[in-house]
This record gives sequence, C-alpha cells and structure tokens, in this order.
Amino acid sequence: MRREGSPWQGLGVVVLKELSDHLTSARMRVLEWLVVLVALAAVYAAITQVRAVTAQDPFLFLRLFTTARDPLPSFVSFLGFLVPLMAIGLGFDAVNGEHNRRTLSRILSQPIYRDALLFGKFIAGLATLTVSLVVLWLLLIGLGLLMLGVPPGGEEIGRVLIFLLVTIAYAGVWLALAMLFSVIFRSAATAALVTLGLWLFLTVIWPALAPAIAQAFVPPDDQAALVITAQMLARISPSTLFGEIVLAILHPSTRTLGPVYLSQLQGAVMGSPLPLWQSVLVAWPQIVGLIAASILLFVGSYVAFQRQEVRA
Amino acid sequence: MSGPVIEAAGLSKRYGTATAVDSVSFTVGAGEIFGLLGPNGAGKTTTILMLLGLSDISGGTARVFGHDPAREPLAVKREVGYLPDSVGFYDNLTAADNLHYTARLIGIPRLERKKRIFGALERVGLHGVAEKRVATFSRGMRQRLGLAEIVMKGARIAILDEPTNGLDPQASLELLDLIRSLKASGVSILLSSHLLDRVQSVCDRVALFNAGQIVLMGTVAELGRQVLGGGFTVEVEAEGGKDIAKRLGALPGVRSLATPEPGRFRLTCERDLRAEAAAAVVAGEGRLKQLSLDQPSLENIYTRYFQGAAQAQEVRDAA
Repeated sequence: MRREGSPWQGLGVVVLKELSDHLTSARMRVLEWLVVLVALAAVYAAITQVRAVTAQDPFLFLRLFTTARDPLPSFVSFLGFLVPLMAIGLGFDAVNGEHNRRTLSRILSQPIYRDALLFGKFIAGLATLTVSLVVLWLLLIGLGLLMLGVPPGGEEIGRVLIFLLVTIAYAGVWLALAMLFSVIFRSAATAALVTLGLWLFLTVIWPALAPAIAQAFVPPDDQAALVITAQMLARISPSTLFGEIVLAILHPSTRTLGPVYLSQLQGAVMGSPLPLWQSVLVAWPQIVGLIAASILLFVGSYVAFQRQEVRA
Repeated sequence: MSGPVIEAAGLSKRYGTATAVDSVSFTVGAGEIFGLLGPNGAGKTTTILMLLGLSDISGGTARVFGHDPAREPLAVKREVGYLPDSVGFYDNLTAADNLHYTARLIGIPRLERKKRIFGALERVGLHGVAEKRVATFSRGMRQRLGLAEIVMKGARIAILDEPTNGLDPQASLELLDLIRSLKASGVSILLSSHLLDRVQSVCDRVALFNAGQIVLMGTVAELGRQVLGGGFTVEVEAEGGKDIAKRLGALPGVRSLATPEPGRFRLTCERDLRAEAAAAVVAGEGRLKQLSLDQPSLENIYTRYFQGAAQAQEVRDAA
C-alpha cells in the first residue's frame, strides 16, 4: 500500500521547534556548564602532564586529548561518560513527553506523517549534541594553542577532526537508544532509568563480563580463540567500539585492535606511527559499527512508533 | 446540502481477539453537527482515530470528503481539525506560539500566519492572553485554544472528542456556543460525548454507542419515538373539577395516562396535545395550574434503552 505525500513534510518545522526547545531548556544550561568545566579540567590535567613528560613528541597536540593525570581522567574518557549522559538527557522523553503532555494526537492530526515527528526529533537532538561537541572541541584546541604555544600539524588536525565525527556518531547511538525507550515506555522516568541502566551495563559491566562468557563457550586450551571471542563479545557495547576507535585514531602508533601473531609483526618498526588513513582503516569496522548501531536503533524506534496507538 | 462529508461503512477495529469497534456505519452531512454518544470505552474515540488515519482500520471503509484515511491521511488531515479529549499544549510556549507551530506544520504561508492566528484567538475570546504561556491556562481556556487551532486551520470538518469533559457549567456553555458558531460558519462537526444533556442541545443527529456498536441513530425526536414509544409527554397540573383523569384519558391521540400524585397527570401522546388537554380540564371545571410539554431527553432515551437492553439480556441469560 502506497502512501500519498512526502514523509518529510513538516520535518523542517519539527527540527526547528525541537532545536529551539533544546537550546532554551534548563538541560542545555547544564550541558553548557558541563562542557566548559570538562574542557578546562581536561586541558589543565593534560597540559601539566604533557609539559612534564615530553617535549619531542611529534603528536604533542593529540596528547591533549588522551593524557590523564591523577585523579582526573583524560579528555577522551571524560567524553566516553559525558556524551552518553548528554544524549540520554536529550532523548529520554522525546516521544513519551508528547504523550504525557497530551500533545501527540493534536500534532499528528496535522497534515504530517509520524516519520517527520520522530526523525525531526532525532535530527534536532543530534544537532544540539553536535553544537555542544564542536564547541567543546574548539575550546580544547584553542586552550591547547594558548597554553602549549605549539600549533598543531595538518595530520593532527585531521585526526582530531575524525575523532570529532566519531564522537558525534557515538552520541547518535545513545540518542537513538534513548528515543527507542521513549517510544516503548509511556513514563519518562522509566525510560530514563532503563536507558541509564543499559548504558551502565554496556559500559561498565559488559566489558568485564565478556571474557567470562567467552570462557564458558571456548575450550580453555585455545588461547587465541578465547581472546578473539571475548573481544567480539565486548564489541557489542558501543563504549568498547568508541574506546577502540579513539585508540586507533588518537594514538598513531596503534597498528591493530585485535591480537597479533608474531609472524605478522615481521619487519614492523615497533612504535613508529601509521599514516592517518592507515589509522582510519584500522578502526574502520568499529566506525561503521557505531553508525550502523545508531541507524538500527533509530529504525527500531521508527517501527515501534509507527505501530503505536496515539490515544492517551 | 451536498453529499455526506464523512461516510463510515462497516468500520471495525480489533485488537487481537477483542473488538473495540464492531462494524459501525454512519454518515455526517455537510454543515451538520453529529454526536457520537455513549459510555466511556464504547469505541467512540477509536472510531474518531480511524477516521483521522491515526489508527489502523481492521475492517470496513471510511471516507472523509471521499478520501480514504488509511491511504491518503494527509489529504484527510488537511481538511479536518481535531480536538482530542483533554487537549494538551506546550506549556513553556505562549498561546500564539503554540498556534504558530501548528500553522507552520499545516503549511500556512508566512504572511498569512499572524492574521489567521490572531483572528482565531479573537474568535474564541483568547486574544487577551495570546502572549501568555499556556501553563497558566485553565482547562476551559485550553479547550478554546484547541478550537482556535481548528478555526485557524480553516478546517471544513471539526472532530471534537469529549469537548465539554471536565469543564464547569459556565465554561461548557461557552464552548457549546463556540461550537454552534463554528457550525454557523459552515463547518461540519462530529463530536463525541458521554454528557448527554449538554450534547442534546447542539446535535442535529446522534448515534448511540454501546460496546463498540451503534445501537440507535437519528435525530433526538426520532429516537424518542423509537425508544420511549410516544414522542410527546404532556404534564398537566390541575385542581378541583370532576373526572379530569377520565376526560384527559379519553382525548384522541393519548396512549397512556399516569397520575404520579393527586392533581398531576402525565399524558403520553402521539402529538402535542396541550391545547386539547387544557380544554378538557376547563370543561371538567378544574383549575389549570400548569401545562407543559416534555421534549424527549437523550438522558431518558439512553437510560430507557439500556434498561430495556439489560432486561432482554437477563431474559436471554435465564433462558
């Protein structure tokens, strides 16, 4: 059965409205402060450490992103926590909020399809996250320039730019997950709790659980199979994928993300950096995985939303 | 009057094995106010949602201006304004901004928007609070804002779900006046309600819903004849006189006579017999104190019908 009219009708209107809601909301105020504080803390930690450790590092600028100093974690691990929180904060009441305000049936009785409403909300959420992340990224680079006094090289800029794009995709995964639960659960509090619970599970518990599960299935004498299975299982979690991408992109000397046989290392110069595109290739499956995960989750919420009854 | 604007034929909605709407058929004519009445959970809202294309149709067909809501929902939704049961608005936005959002969704050209929004707000008497946030609005004001949205949209059909639900008497009277004025401007109206007496005053025709089916349909007077037997009830209060009861009972056209208390007579008759009844009282040398004609009320029809249905059910169960 073919529907008449475009599914995108009204999309722009929804995006603009949701965007203006996000940008004027109290949540956004909190997000802005988080962004500024995280940038300051990360730069402070990294710079004091970078100055102490090395002056001859060819990728000094990347150290801004990856160096940790006790008790503060590095900027990338900050982001690993902050981005899901931001995304879940923006998405957990996207659809059930409309239900509870009893605006859903009124909006859907206007000449638009449900597609426009759901997709508009996703785009607006992702745009808000992108704005925050870009600001954070620029802040970090600007502060780094000021405090290190060394301009970044072209390749470094390329790497941090790719890192920015990957972070946005990572945010997309959690936003899509939060929106999926906002479609499934009528209560916003339930949706938020379930999403946060799943996030904690995938980020904290799953990486620890994966080797244990692998041990249960793989014969213990096959060490390589054990490691590979554990890694495959761990990669179900978007946090693991994000961590691996960061490793490949921001540490140019990373040559592989899996186990390596000694024979494969013949002729390799240990510790020498890879060119940018080789690093991207190393992390390519993970990058595609992140993007695919957000698309799949969005499709899931799309299907659930299309079939949902709109009555309150 | 041209053809019907809404046609439902054998419209059904099933959830698994449960049937929420069981093959209902009705039409709404142009410029008419049609009431869907019945207890909560009788399938009124589900019927409305199917007409709007917001809920899948399990069986039968629906046409709104000749469009199929399942296949051409946008065409249907362009023509129809919908006021949901206890309508909600974005509390953090002003009344005008809420309408502005809808106006952009509808696709009203930028230059026209402001004029139409403020015109609509004026029509429902909310122009004074156009720039106030909706969070401060009472329930009645929200319902009126919902009507303003329909006015702004320029809809040719307004579908109102329980429009007076939860309103105080004053607010619901005002709302009914607005509904009448909508009708006067040529909008056809389909409204659902479980508040019978309120609805009676505005509806041209009604359909009584019960358990997903339309059990009765027609004008209130038609239903009265159908269910209550006689269409007219004349109440006479008289003092003194001789054989008044006998004289009244002998009038041609009287089906039955009841005497609820001495001096009061209730005649069920085929037509308006007030003049004849007065003459009969005077002829019997009684003093006529009061004479009134009871229009059949929906409330009566409704209770009587369901009492009858319940008794029939008991009989069937016993058999």
